[in-house]
Amino acid sequence: MIQLENVTKTYPKASRPSLDNVSVGIEKGEFVFFIGPSGSGKSTIIKLLLKEVQATRGKVVVNAKDVTSLRSWKIPHFRRSIGCVFQDFRLLPNRTAYENVAFALEVIGKTKAVARRVVPEVLELVGLGGKEHRYPHELSGGEQQRVAVARAFVNRPLILLADEPTGNLDPDTSIEIMRLLDRINRTGTTVVMVTHDSNIVNQMRRRVIEIESGRIVRDQARGVYG
Amino acid sequence: MRVKYVLNEVLVGLWRNVTMTVAMIITMSVSLTMLGASVLMYMQVDRMKNFYYGEIEVSIFLADNVTDGQRQAIKAKIDESPLVKESSYETKEQALERFKVLYADSPDFVAAVNVSSLPESYRVKLTNPEDYDKFAKQIEGEPGIQRIIDQRELLQKVFNIFNSVQLMSLVVAAVMAFAALLLVGNTIQVAAYSKRREVAVMKLVGASNWFIQAPFVLEAVVAGLIGALLGFVALFIGKIVLLDNKLQALTAILTPVPTGNVWLMLPLLAGVGALVSAGTAWVTLRFYLKV
Repeated sequence: MIQLENVTKTYPKASRPSLDNVSVGIEKGEFVFFIGPSGSGKSTIIKLLLKEVQATRGKVVVNAKDVTSLRSWKIPHFRRSIGCVFQDFRLLPNRTAYENVAFALEVIGKTKAVARRVVPEVLELVGLGGKEHRYPHELSGGEQQRVAVARAFVNRPLILLADEPTGNLDPDTSIEIMRLLDRINRTGTTVVMVTHDSNIVNQMRRRVIEIESGRIVRDQARGVYG
Repeated sequence: MRVKYVLNEVLVGLWRNVTMTVAMIITMSVSLTMLGASVLMYMQVDRMKNFYYGEIEVSIFLADNVTDGQRQAIKAKIDESPLVKESSYETKEQALERFKVLYADSPDFVAAVNVSSLPESYRVKLTNPEDYDKFAKQIEGEPGIQRIIDQRELLQKVFNIFNSVQLMSLVVAAVMAFAALLLVGNTIQVAAYSKRREVAVMKLVGASNWFIQAPFVLEAVVAGLIGALLGFVALFIGKIVLLDNKLQALTAILTPVPTGNVWLMLPLLAGVGALVSAGTAWVTLRFYLKV
């Protein structure tokens, strides 16, 4: 599902590469944690998978598509098969929970009728039934992140990327979000999560890939934060 | 629904930054008015050339001491030239009659002139007035000719004035267009900044580039079209107020500007306004949104 082959990414003006000759494969339906200290290069992986940045060397394959050679006008369509969740939620403050999720559908050309059918369904799935018409500032941090997850998942992507999704949440709320991601993973969606929340990693007991200074130092099925 | 979404975004966008929008529209309309005026003037010079070149003559003034033989030789030269459409001969007496009519307003001046002070002449119409130089070469050397005058030269002075006014309005149009471009670019940047969250989400979920850019580009196009419309109205009012009323005396000489030509400016200005704004907006977005 996701294949990194000898990927090196050096940002302009950086003295050393963010990712240094990294190779890793992730199968369909896997749940993978990328862990490591700040600046280790784990967020760069997410950016590479989205083609927000271009690999300096090596090959990135997502969904059987070679992302490194993907033409720029094809990127939007490619991104529709990937859902994204971030630490800062990235919700639109002037839109309700429902509208935030519906917006993601409408801007890729889905009709309002489709939105009316699937948005309540996905909001129910993330546990926000009954709060569809609240604005982000009327929701707690955990609830806002649920809206973000709903938005990422509403299009039924094959892959869900989560960049420190619990970074702004308290431990209990974090666990709830993790349960939600776990449930999404059980529908067959591949989940890739970047985090340095050791509690969560230890509780979940899923595959852990540790990165340090741009290199993979550990790749362990059912691993702990260590 | 997408069309409605885009249109709504355009209106909201134009209203959000209304002072900038107004500035953009005004500069755009001034620039387009100047462009329109310049094109109209160009067309007008062309029309006048067509109109006056039909009337235009080459005058061959004969010397006071011209002999009959020389007169005959000159006439023969004129008649055998393939460039000549028609020719006529004007005696000193006829010249005086014409002079009296021409200067009827200044009797003192007329009284000072008598038959002998005006030269006799051949009046020659050329098939193509542009061939004057060729014709002058053929006839120049003949004895008994005092001076050859091409009326085209007189007309040329009028045209030169026209051309410089036209050039001036083109320069103003270009300068204003440059200002308009900067304003369009700035407006689009402000619009893109105020919608950065939406744009970020749209990129994230994979909205197509045109869908992200369309509202911004259309915003500029709508402003450009409004500017073009205002410019057109200004031209039309200008034609009615200036040419049809205040300067009517002048239009009698300069041949009137046909209303059809003014109407022709509407699609021209609209096209230029829309294309230029759209292009600027698109280029600005490429730098600013990096979609």
